[in-house]
Amino acid sequence: MSSLSLVGLQKTFEPGTPNAKVALDRVSLEIADGDFITLLGSNGAGKSTLFNAILGKFRLDRGKIILDGEDITRLKDYRRAYHIGCLYQNPLLGTAPNMTIEENLALAYTRKASRSFFAVNRRDTAYFRDLLRELHLGLEDRMKTRMGLLSGGQRQAASLLMATIAEPKLLLLDEHTAALDPATAEQVMALTRRIVAERHLTCMMITHNMQAALEVGTRTLVMDSGRVVLDVAGEERAALSVPQLLEMFQQKTQRSLDNDRMLLG
Amino acid sequence: MSILALLLSALSQGMIYAPMAMGVFIAFQVLNTPDLTIDGSFVAGMCACAVVTIAGHPGLALLCSLLVGAAAGWITGMLQTKVGINPILSGILTMTGLYTVNFVLLGGQSNLYLQRMELNSVGAQTQVASDTVYKSFRTLMIGLSGNRRFDSNLSALILTALIVAAAAAILAMFFFTRTGMAIRATGDNEQMVRSSSINADRSRILGIMISNALVAFSGALLCEQQRYADLNFGSGMLVVGLASVIIGQVFFGRRSVTLGIVSAVAGSLVYRIILQVAYKVEMPSYAVKLLSAVIVVIALSIPRVKRLIAERRAEREEDAA
Ligand SMILES: Nc1ncnc2c1ncn2[C@@H]1O[C@H](COP(=O)(O)OP(=O)(O)OP(=O)(O)O)[C@@H](O)[C@H]1O
Ligand SMILES: [Mg+2]
Repeated sequence: MSSLSLVGLQKTFEPGTPNAKVALDRVSLEIADGDFITLLGSNGAGKSTLFNAILGKFRLDRGKIILDGEDITRLKDYRRAYHIGCLYQNPLLGTAPNMTIEENLALAYTRKASRSFFAVNRRDTAYFRDLLRELHLGLEDRMKTRMGLLSGGQRQAASLLMATIAEPKLLLLDEHTAALDPATAEQVMALTRRIVAERHLTCMMITHNMQAALEVGTRTLVMDSGRVVLDVAGEERAALSVPQLLEMFQQKTQRSLDNDRMLLG
Repeated sequence: MSILALLLSALSQGMIYAPMAMGVFIAFQVLNTPDLTIDGSFVAGMCACAVVTIAGHPGLALLCSLLVGAAAGWITGMLQTKVGINPILSGILTMTGLYTVNFVLLGGQSNLYLQRMELNSVGAQTQVASDTVYKSFRTLMIGLSGNRRFDSNLSALILTALIVAAAAAILAMFFFTRTGMAIRATGDNEQMVRSSSINADRSRILGIMISNALVAFSGALLCEQQRYADLNFGSGMLVVGLASVIIGQVFFGRRSVTLGIVSAVAGSLVYRIILQVAYKVEMPSYAVKLLSAVIVVIALSIPRVKRLIAERRAEREEDAA
């Protein structure tokens, strides 16, 4: 049984105007339970739009989204969030700056927490402290600190914790390390791999780092003009090098894969 | 009037307007959204209270004002979230509509005194002042103290202070429950609230309802204390609330919701003391609104002025080097 099925997703922005833009063009995908997919593509290929479609940020023109057997196509965004965690490039999007680390985690945990009068309580706080300790960033001693005082990397690590705290069926990462300095990006990426592995999460990750796209995860997709043009996994993927991937893309689309943030290695 | 009497009157007024300041704090700083419903819901609270008080239920009247304020807030909230109208316009629309509602509540006149006509012992129509919570409480205080001339301003201040303290405590506690925390988070980062599978629209609407309920409650307290309701009393109320909130934060800051609530109450008291001083130096009463507006403008320009001064200083140091 597959964990996520996308069936013929179709989305045109501003239809019927000169600006009409086909952002998703009949995208169909079967994603198995425990798959860790890395997603590549040029600027404007439709990667973020695909995520937003899964997250329910807009209505599709056509198509169906089925998560773990449940048709979520018509579900409101905040209802889907019960089962889907997400993380964006901008570390500021995932956290509330004027609330404490503890309060942020408690809010994210609302989905799965047992009933309590106050949102922050001793039992949950002990659990949060254990989770924070595993980040090795010393945040477990700063739980009463305002989120806004943390660095971008710390906030992104905390956001990752918040996105996964409620054991989502699906985790979506949209270039979540792209705004961090290289060392911090590396750290957050290592953390991501660990959390995804430990919790056996089904995960999709947009990245512009081609080397990482082939190394991390179990399957790599490449999008172009709203379509998935390459889909490699298993032994084929294990044997694939970055130049070979570029070559495959060139043959398929007669164009070169090109992204302003693209890193080859 | 002696200094003490002036102070008493200022504190008494300040307490009455304190729930409104808390409401403004919730709208403008917790939810981070300007809400112009406030001018209208203040009067709506007054009017609803006047009608129910005249009918003989001064305590119930206060509760009614809460409901009327919450209803006004609900409409503004629905306009903002479900209809997608810009927050400022949403508030203006509700406020404008409320004018008619308030007019009808007052029975088609622009003000209403808390009294009713009764037949006296010789069968003539006379005006009888309605009972208010303030009147009942003064009777209670007289009974407790044995002082038949117990200061009515003092008893009013005690009653309002007790009510406001209870309201502030409940509110402060509420903001640490899951529902309350979701409201705070909605004002801080709505996207993150949605990502946490919380209905941010509902949080926002609930926040606006609580804010306007508090504002209407102030209107009701004022109505019972001054013994009349006036259709035009609300204009500029929002600026008065903002001025109070900002003044309070000079003393207590806003580092937490609890401090924000305390600041709103304290600011409301200080604001009324400032007004009393201004009256004492013969400022005409019509200048009050200008004074409030100037206070808000000064407070809001402080951060920018500070930055400009810092920049100038840095430039000068660069030039010197
Ligand atoms: N809300 C929107 N309204 C109109 N057009 C949009 C909207 N969202 C996306 N688009 C368009 O859809 C196309 C796909 O955008 P998308 O953000 O999915 O690209 P992407 O693959 O994530 O690119 P990048 O690597 O630059 O992030 C772009 O042409 C974009 O301009
Ligand atoms: Mg993108």
